[in-house]
Amino acid sequence: MESNPIITTDTALPAVPRDIVPLLLVPALMLAMLPLIGSFPTWVTLTVAGLAMGMMIFIMASGLTLVFGLMDVLNFGHGAFVSVGAYAATMVLLPMHGWLEVDSLPLNLGVLGLAILVAMLSTALLGWAFERLIIMPVYGQHLKQILITMGGMIVAEQLINVVWGAEQVPLPLPASLRGAIVLGDAAIEKYRLVAVVVGLLVFAVMFLVLNRSKVGLLIRAGVENGEMVEAMGYRIRRLFVAVFAAGSALAGLGGVMWGLYKESLSAAMGSEIIVMVFIVVIIGGLGSVGGCFIGALLMALVANYAGFLAPKVALVSNLILMIAILMWRPAGLFSGARR
Amino acid sequence: MPEPLLTLSGVHTHIGDYHILQGVDLMVPRGGLAVLLGRNGAGKTTTLRTIMGLWKTSRGSVRFDGREIGALATPAIAQAGIAYVPESMAVFSELTVRENLYLAARSAPLDMARVEWIFGFFPALKKFWNYPAGNLSGGQKQMVAIARAIVEPRKLLLVDEPTKGLAPAIVQSLIAAFRELKETDTTILLVEQNFNFVKTLGDTVAVMDDGRIVHAGAMQELAEDHALQQRLLGLSLASHQ
Repeated sequence: MESNPIITTDTALPAVPRDIVPLLLVPALMLAMLPLIGSFPTWVTLTVAGLAMGMMIFIMASGLTLVFGLMDVLNFGHGAFVSVGAYAATMVLLPMHGWLEVDSLPLNLGVLGLAILVAMLSTALLGWAFERLIIMPVYGQHLKQILITMGGMIVAEQLINVVWGAEQVPLPLPASLRGAIVLGDAAIEKYRLVAVVVGLLVFAVMFLVLNRSKVGLLIRAGVENGEMVEAMGYRIRRLFVAVFAAGSALAGLGGVMWGLYKESLSAAMGSEIIVMVFIVVIIGGLGSVGGCFIGALLMALVANYAGFLAPKVALVSNLILMIAILMWRPAGLFSGARR
Repeated sequence: MPEPLLTLSGVHTHIGDYHILQGVDLMVPRGGLAVLLGRNGAGKTTTLRTIMGLWKTSRGSVRFDGREIGALATPAIAQAGIAYVPESMAVFSELTVRENLYLAARSAPLDMARVEWIFGFFPALKKFWNYPAGNLSGGQKQMVAIARAIVEPRKLLLVDEPTKGLAPAIVQSLIAAFRELKETDTTILLVEQNFNFVKTLGDTVAVMDDGRIVHAGAMQELAEDHALQQRLLGLSLASHQ
C-alpha cells in the first residue's frame, strides 16, 4: 500500500472548546453559601449531607440517563428498580442482622457488600425482563412508553406488597456506620461519607468505561447514531439490553443506599424518588453521565442549603433549580454520553 | 463469466405507504468501481439502505458473495464484508477521529500500517487524529467517514453521494482518493448525481429512475454517447457538464 498524498484540506481548526462552566457550578455554589450560612461547622455538615444525598440520587439517575440517551426510552418505571433493589437487599440484611449489630467495619461492609450484590443482580435480571417484555414492543412510541412503564411500576409496587408485605420495613444502619465523625466543631455522619465514596466510585467506573473502553465508545456512538453503529457491524440491540440491565442494577444499588439512608423501606419509595431522578436527568442533559453527576450534586446541595436558610423555599428548590438551568441551557448542562 | 459480487433481483422496498424501489435489478461485478446514477428521488439512497438492511425488502432477492442477505439484520450484513458511507457521513461527532476509526476496526485493534496508508491520501486525518470529529469541516468529515469504511479490508464499499456540498477542490481530491482505493481488492458501489465526478472513475454504470434501473452497462459507453446521456440523465446532466 503506497502512500500518495492527495487530500490536503488540513486548515487549522480553532482549539477544541472545553465547556468547563458546568464543572464550576458545584464548587461555586458551595463557596457562595459559606458566608450566607455563617458558621463553618454548619456549612461543612450541610455540604457533606448534600453531597451524600446527591451521590445517592446520581447512582439512581445515572442508569436512567443512559437509557434515555442510548435507547430513547422514557422509562417512568425506573423507580421500581429502586424499590426492588432495596427490598432484595433485605433478603441478606435481615437474616444477617446479627452480623450488622457487631461493631466490626469489615464484617458490616462484607454483609452490606453481599446485600448490594444481591440487589444489583436482582434488579439487573428484572431490568432485562422489563426491557424484553414491556419496553421492546413500544420502542419509538413515547406516549405508550410513559403509560406502560408507569403501569409496570404500579405492578412492581403491588408485587413488592405481595412478597414483602405492605408495612414499612425498618432497615437500621450497620453498627460501625452509625453515628458521626467530629472534625473540629463539625459533625459528619459516617454513612454519608460512605455514600460519597460509593457515589464517587460509581462515577469513576462509569467515566472510565465510557471513555476508555470499546463498549463505552459504542455506547457513546450509539447515543449519537445507533443506525450507523449497526451499519458498522455491531448488534446495538444487545448493547441496549445490557445498558438497560446495568442501569437497572445501578438503580438497585441506589435503592439500597437510599433505604439505609432513610433507615426504612416502603414499596412506594421508588415512585417517590423518581421525580427527583427525572429532574436530575433533565438538568444534566439527556444521555450525559457527567451532567447527571453535576445535576444530582447541585440539586441535593441546593435542597440542603435552602432547607437551612429558607425552609419554605426548600419545598420548591428542585423546580427552581431546574427552571434556572433550563433557561440558561435548554438542553441541560451537557448533552451526549461522554460528558 | 464470474458471479457478480452483488446482485439485486426484482427488489421492491416500501417505506411506510410509499413504494420506493419497484423491482430493482442491479449487478455489481467483483473489483473496480460501479456507479449508480439518477436524479433526486430516483431511489439510489434507498437502494444502498436496502442492501445494508436498513430498509427491508418487501420482495426480491439481494445476493452478496454467493449468499442471500436480503433477510439478514444490518450488523450481519456489515459482518459479511460490506461497509457503508451514508450521504449524511454520520461521523460520531463526540468521538475523536481516532475513536471513530477504532470503532470501525471491528475485528482487531487498529492496523497502524493501514492507518498510515489512509493518512497517505487523507493527511488531514493525521493532523486532527485526536480532535472530536464534530469539529471538522464537511470535507474532513467525509474523509473520516470514508476512512472508517476502509480502516479494515472489506469486500464491498457502498458510498452515497460523497461530493454533496463539498468544494470543487475537495471533490477533485476525492476523485484521486477513489482512484487509489480502486487499486485495492475492495469493490466500490458509488451513488452520485454528479456525472462529471464519476465518468472517469467508474467501470460500470447503472441509471435509476422512479425506483427502477433504466440502464446498465459500461461507463465508457455512457461517457462517449451524449445522446444516451441526454436521454437517461436529461437536463440535470447538462448542468453538470
